[in-house]
Amino acid sequence: MKTLARILMVLAGLLTASLFFFPMWRIDLTAPQYPDGLGMYIYIDHLEGVKPGDLKNIDILNHYVGMKPLPKPDEMWEFTVFPIVVGIMAALAIVFALIGKPILYLVWFALMSILGLLGLYDFYLWLYDYGTNLDPEAPIKLVDEYGNPMKYVPPLIGYKQLLNFEVYSYPAIGGVLLGIGILLSLIAYWIAHKTQSKHKIHVS
Amino acid sequence: MFNHLNLEAMVGKWKHAVLASALAALLMPGCGPKKEQAKKNGGALDKASIAERVYVAPGEWDEFYAFLSGGFSGQLAVHGLPSGRLFKIIPVFSVDAEKGWCMNEETKAMCMTSYGFIPWGDLHHPDISQTNGELDGRWVFVNENNTPRVARVDLRYFETAEIIEIPNSAGNHASAFVTENTEYVVANTRFAVPVPQRDMPISEMKGNFKGAATFIKVDPETGRMNIAFQVLLPGFNYDLAHPGRGKSHGWFFFTSYNTEEAHTLLEVNASQNDKDFIAAINWKKIEEYVNNGGGKKMKVKAAHNIYDETTQMATTEWITEVTVVDPREVPGAIYYLPTPKSPHGCDVDPSGEYIVGSGKLSADITIHSFSKMLKAIEEGKVVDTVYGIPVLDFNATLAGVVKNACLGPLHTEFDGKGNAYTSCFISSEVIKWKLEDWNVVDRHPVYYSVGHLMIPGGNSRKPFGKYLVAMNKITKDRFLPTGPELCQSAQLLDISGDKMIMLLDFPTMGEPHYAAGIPAEKVVDKVAKIYPLEENQHPYAAKAEDEVKMVRKGNEVHIYMTMIRSHFAPDNIEGIKVGDKVYFHVTNLEQDFDIPHGFAVIGANTSEVLVMPGQTETIIWEPKKPGVYPFYCTDFCSALHQEMQGYVRVSPAGANVPMKITLDNKPIGEVITE
Repeated sequence: MKTLARILMVLAGLLTASLFFFPMWRIDLTAPQYPDGLGMYIYIDHLEGVKPGDLKNIDILNHYVGMKPLPKPDEMWEFTVFPIVVGIMAALAIVFALIGKPILYLVWFALMSILGLLGLYDFYLWLYDYGTNLDPEAPIKLVDEYGNPMKYVPPLIGYKQLLNFEVYSYPAIGGVLLGIGILLSLIAYWIAHKTQSKHKIHVS
Repeated sequence: MFNHLNLEAMVGKWKHAVLASALAALLMPGCGPKKEQAKKNGGALDKASIAERVYVAPGEWDEFYAFLSGGFSGQLAVHGLPSGRLFKIIPVFSVDAEKGWCMNEETKAMCMTSYGFIPWGDLHHPDISQTNGELDGRWVFVNENNTPRVARVDLRYFETAEIIEIPNSAGNHASAFVTENTEYVVANTRFAVPVPQRDMPISEMKGNFKGAATFIKVDPETGRMNIAFQVLLPGFNYDLAHPGRGKSHGWFFFTSYNTEEAHTLLEVNASQNDKDFIAAINWKKIEEYVNNGGGKKMKVKAAHNIYDETTQMATTEWITEVTVVDPREVPGAIYYLPTPKSPHGCDVDPSGEYIVGSGKLSADITIHSFSKMLKAIEEGKVVDTVYGIPVLDFNATLAGVVKNACLGPLHTEFDGKGNAYTSCFISSEVIKWKLEDWNVVDRHPVYYSVGHLMIPGGNSRKPFGKYLVAMNKITKDRFLPTGPELCQSAQLLDISGDKMIMLLDFPTMGEPHYAAGIPAEKVVDKVAKIYPLEENQHPYAAKAEDEVKMVRKGNEVHIYMTMIRSHFAPDNIEGIKVGDKVYFHVTNLEQDFDIPHGFAVIGANTSEVLVMPGQTETIIWEPKKPGVYPFYCTDFCSALHQEMQGYVRVSPAGANVPMKITLDNKPIGEVITE
């Protein structure tokens, strides 16, 4: 059972490392004029259109309400830091698996969960800035029902209507794999801990 | 009357509901008797249920593409079937101010010929490329009758990609039909002429004129056309053609009229011989002969115009030499099949066995058998030679005759289920007859005076025998009147059952001679949505706003400009002088489906340019007077389309106003004087 726990921990590391290949998050936009929709994938180090040209088209549409162009890889510190953090955490999972102490699995689980939540919080801050920090000279300036400037903050997760666009935001494959990885680390801890306890009883 | 029609419509609707859905029947009391009533009326379809057969609900797609020739408009129209809706007019042989075709700098060369720039053409017969005798949906080939040319339309872009001029020809009518693997496209002349052209008395035509049957080789990968050889035939008038298929693959069949070789009052003088000929040409034999060095080289001059989709520019190459073949020097390469009464249409059934020649001055349709023809050749059943060409015994090649078919039979298409459909000009009807049985089984009037008819794939190995389009020459009272000049009328018939059912009238542009139809599913997935900007190799493209330029070379000024929702870059231009020739090279930076931008500038002596996403097009402007002149986007592109505009300052000749290009009052790009 200890071996199984170790394998699960290695898997947790590999699933974390999958973020180097798969996007974490996906945002989809649809409007009557966009029957095929527009969409973007958020990777740990860059953004990518679901279809070629999607990022450009999102920028073109957003510029009318004064939203900034989507960031290029060198325009956001996250795109530099995230790969380092993800790389370290993936390596750490494997190192911990080799050491094989159950408490370390729990430490990894806690650390990764906290980092994940921080990442989501950072993502939210960016979305908020993206949707509210508008160019004062934008051609289209709209106000909400209270007379405040309209906010175009996409949902962190779920659905939201933004002007003529329906916006959906949800984890992409990399995000799902990371979630499974985090879950596996907890299972690894649970298995390893149980095995250890049993072992202790036997010894006494 | 109104009530009566309504009642009929209701009966029809209910009948349909009963057939379609038991649930509906439960919800509609009293529909039983109504159903019976409809039956009692002979099951005749009422307007509502006919309408359902052509109804394509909003947002849904038609089942077929139909490419209808635009006749004397020189263009090719793209319709949907069964709705008849018009989607696009593809400019081919005529200038088109809407799209800037043959007017902007990029496509001007497409209208070049050995006679110089020609702004108009007469487009007759579209034919879709084939692989193994079936439609493959890659290209549509079309002919130009007046100044002999053949064009290739690329179905990835629905744009004309290539136009090749046919030398030694005059009236390219028996064209542009393709062989079953698109090995060749043919172009045979309707008017016999001296070859090569020379000054001689018209009255000495007989025996001195020639008809050149041109075989254009098609590159299987790129579609690029090249004249492989021209077969010099006696100076008859070659009318229409179709390739052999299946067992007769390797042969091409051409109808001829005026075997009398009359040069005046042809309506009488070309109608004297009881029989004219279908020329059966074994092109494989001639191909082999030419490949082995046969034929003579002849000096010619003809334009070959190619639109390069990467440079987005058309160029003219000159054809200076062709290989001409005297078919008498190639044993077994050509035979004449006598066919009664000035045959017009020349159609080959899906199996390749039957060659249908419609004698337009006869009431009968003559059908030759390919296997009988081979047998007759083998057994030497030659009754005559005409200018050295063997004429086969009529009875030896005859498969059958559709007796008293109709008046003025012209063209025949097939449904792939053993039936043939022939258009009859004089009796203004379409008749359905059975192959091998040669009896007419159904006839339906069409309005009025049908020319060609078309079944999608109806002249291939695999027809899609669901609909038939009749293209009528005369419209009269079919639509709301529009003065003396009317549109042409096409009619859609359902041919899926035993009896033909008239479904729809729809107007068409120019005069649709022939058409070609194809199931939409064979085309839609290949159709481009944009031109990828990274593939744009236009020499004057600005692929980003910081790549824009203003370059002066003497009095020529090139402005490399970009367009994106909703502005031009640059949008303020200074340093232009009266006497300058200004080239606006505008690149559409969009990469979004269906976001074209247009460009027009006041007083330009040419059309707008309409630029698709990722494309660059060029408009020339020669300002006449000093001033400040606007330019604007002509295609409603966005909510701020009206704001998509700019100014160009024109100073007097000799002024010293510096060249300046700006956007939002900031200099943009580069200013260069060479």
